[in-house]
Amino acid sequence: MQARRFSTGMCAVLIFAAALFGPVTTVSAQTADVQALRQEIEQLRKEFEAVRQQYGQRLSALEARLGGAAAPAAAAPATREAGQPATAEVPPGALAAGGPTGSLPIYATASAASKIFNPDIGMIGNFISATGESRGGSESIAPIPFATLQESEASFQAIVDPYARADFFLAIGEEGIEVEEGYVSFPTLPGGLFVKAGKFRANIGRLNAFHNHTLPWIDRPLVMYNLLGGSPLDPDTGIKDAGVSVSRLIPAGKVFLEATGEVFRGDSGTVFKSSRRSDVSTIGRLRAYADFTEEANIEIGGSYARGHNDLGSGFFTQLYGTDVALRWRPLSRAIYRSMAARTELFWSRREEIAAPQSAFGGYASLDYQVQRRWFVGGRYDWTERATNAAIRDRGSSAVLTFWPSEFTQLRSQYRRTRYGDDGRMANELLFQALFTIGAHGAHPF
Amino acid sequence: MSIRASIGAAVAAAFLAGTPVSAQSKLNVVTSTEDLASIAREVGGDKVAVVALAKGYQDPHFVDAKPSFILTMNRADLYIAVGRELEIGWLPPLVNSSRNAKIQPGARGYLDASLTVHILEIPTGQITRAMGDVHPLGNPHYWLEPGNGRLIAQAVRNKLSEISPADNALFARRYDDFDRRLAAAEKRWDAAMAPYKGTKLVTYHRSWPNFMDRFGLQVIGYVEPKPGIPPSPSHTLDLIEEMKRGGIKLIVVEPYFSLKTPQAIANQIPGGKVLVLAPSVGGVKEVADYIQLFEYNVKLLAGALKQVTGK
Repeated sequence: MQARRFSTGMCAVLIFAAALFGPVTTVSAQTADVQALRQEIEQLRKEFEAVRQQYGQRLSALEARLGGAAAPAAAAPATREAGQPATAEVPPGALAAGGPTGSLPIYATASAASKIFNPDIGMIGNFISATGESRGGSESIAPIPFATLQESEASFQAIVDPYARADFFLAIGEEGIEVEEGYVSFPTLPGGLFVKAGKFRANIGRLNAFHNHTLPWIDRPLVMYNLLGGSPLDPDTGIKDAGVSVSRLIPAGKVFLEATGEVFRGDSGTVFKSSRRSDVSTIGRLRAYADFTEEANIEIGGSYARGHNDLGSGFFTQLYGTDVALRWRPLSRAIYRSMAARTELFWSRREEIAAPQSAFGGYASLDYQVQRRWFVGGRYDWTERATNAAIRDRGSSAVLTFWPSEFTQLRSQYRRTRYGDDGRMANELLFQALFTIGAHGAHPF
Repeated sequence: MSIRASIGAAVAAAFLAGTPVSAQSKLNVVTSTEDLASIAREVGGDKVAVVALAKGYQDPHFVDAKPSFILTMNRADLYIAVGRELEIGWLPPLVNSSRNAKIQPGARGYLDASLTVHILEIPTGQITRAMGDVHPLGNPHYWLEPGNGRLIAQAVRNKLSEISPADNALFARRYDDFDRRLAAAEKRWDAAMAPYKGTKLVTYHRSWPNFMDRFGLQVIGYVEPKPGIPPSPSHTLDLIEEMKRGGIKLIVVEPYFSLKTPQAIANQIPGGKVLVLAPSVGGVKEVADYIQLFEYNVKLLAGALKQVTGK
């Protein structure tokens, strides 16, 4: 019943949004002197004609040079942007009717190959190797074998239509393929809203939304395994689920302030479990960002999540999180020097049959770019376990990263973990080679 | 009940505040670089308020996609991009999260300034990343040629007139004025550079093909072994050899690159000289607008060429 009421509400919201998409006609007041306007149009038309001819000639020259050779796949999305679309003159009189002037592009040309509309495709390989031992115990969290192609990420990204874009990230592990993320987003909604629907990494804390290959470390912090529901066998831990995300900017002067609300099915790793359709999980996040100077900035976030846990519909787990990031990058030396300090803290309150468990955890890290291609960093982990807060795991890591180019990254990480349950100590040395082919992705911030 | 309450709480957070108001008489223009900003100011005059995201002393390939840029773009009526994938590492996520329908690619308020200019180094045939971080759509540093500056200004004039038809006479007048001043300055620049036509030199990155082409200078090598790849010892040695063989003495460097390797190369060459030029408006303090950009570079380059060529 609750579920039905909820979905009816959602439908209403969507219909409302759809209604707002409708065409908007702007009637500009034509107060200017008609004669002058006509001359202006005539002049514009002449110029446009000249440009068109010039481009036509250049295009045919280029086609002749290319001959019949098939364009390389990498250049396919390029052609769309580089090539001037064919144009048609707007019939006279359109202007007076509030229509456009000049020329309009014709999209359905006979020569348009369907390839042009293929999404940007990229593939990121993530090879990891580990050595070291876990003294006096069995398994560590997220155990890494001697060598593994832990997870390769295939990405497919494109603009769907004038209102939407779509992003797919498939995580290809050694045992199968998982949809890491796959969502449609609507960047042009009225009211400054940004809506995402599909399966995606939740906006809780800062790191949860990051993909593994964009992290400043090889692994994820322990707190994400212990409190954000990671299975020890899942290297890509964190809250990710199917649902809807709505976010908007809140005017606050020079401070960037963004509020996000998300509703998910309620299934995510070991943290949330949905046993009925109405067992949805909800997440809210407020994120503030400000520039101190053009070189230094701060980002502060607060998050809240609530969902049902594996004990059944009557048992909730609530998460409270706060995160702070300080960044420094001198603009004129931006490719040589940078520094980022991050910390995130999470509190988990998990209802259990006897009494609720309240667990706390967090990490703090510092990364420094020493040269154009070299980075050093460190991270400290401290976290209790969600189901048994008496057990505390601690870890510290030192990281060295080398970037041969923008498309490869070699990293080594020394990780020392002290497990709280049996006093085990794991000393591990991890190596990682990340390599990217295909589309040039955006740099994470 | 509790479910609905929590959903309500989460979603209500997103709607708490009122809609941002952008009631201003001026058109808000945001550009990727200060060069485009300067041209937009030339054409738009006091009808536009222009902000550039990347600073002139910053490598435009590597700009952090700061959330404060999202705020700036949220209020934009027009975004002018350099294009040719120069901003591929930072602009797409900013546009996507700008919550501004006006400036989405394909919308009326998004202008790719590269579509109507003269582009060099468009690769033909097979390209791979073994060539470094090549730009498959051609060299994006096209603004460093006054003729292209004129074409950008035309595109800006046409776009501003489209968005704000009531002011089109003003934009046309301001463009004509810019065109006249640029043409007069071009004569000076051509005259200053004329004696050095055909001179060979080396640059750090492939930022200067349009500039050097315009003034008849020949770039025979780069400090970077491949675009985006930092200098390597073997390439540096080869370059020194080549410069010695060809009697090449001048190395032009962008202000955001380290001078260490260029200086080391120049020290190995008798009469060798490193010259830092401004690749963009704002690259150095003296360069406040598009015309001053060339004024500054031509003056410095002509001076240095005079010194190394003895002409």
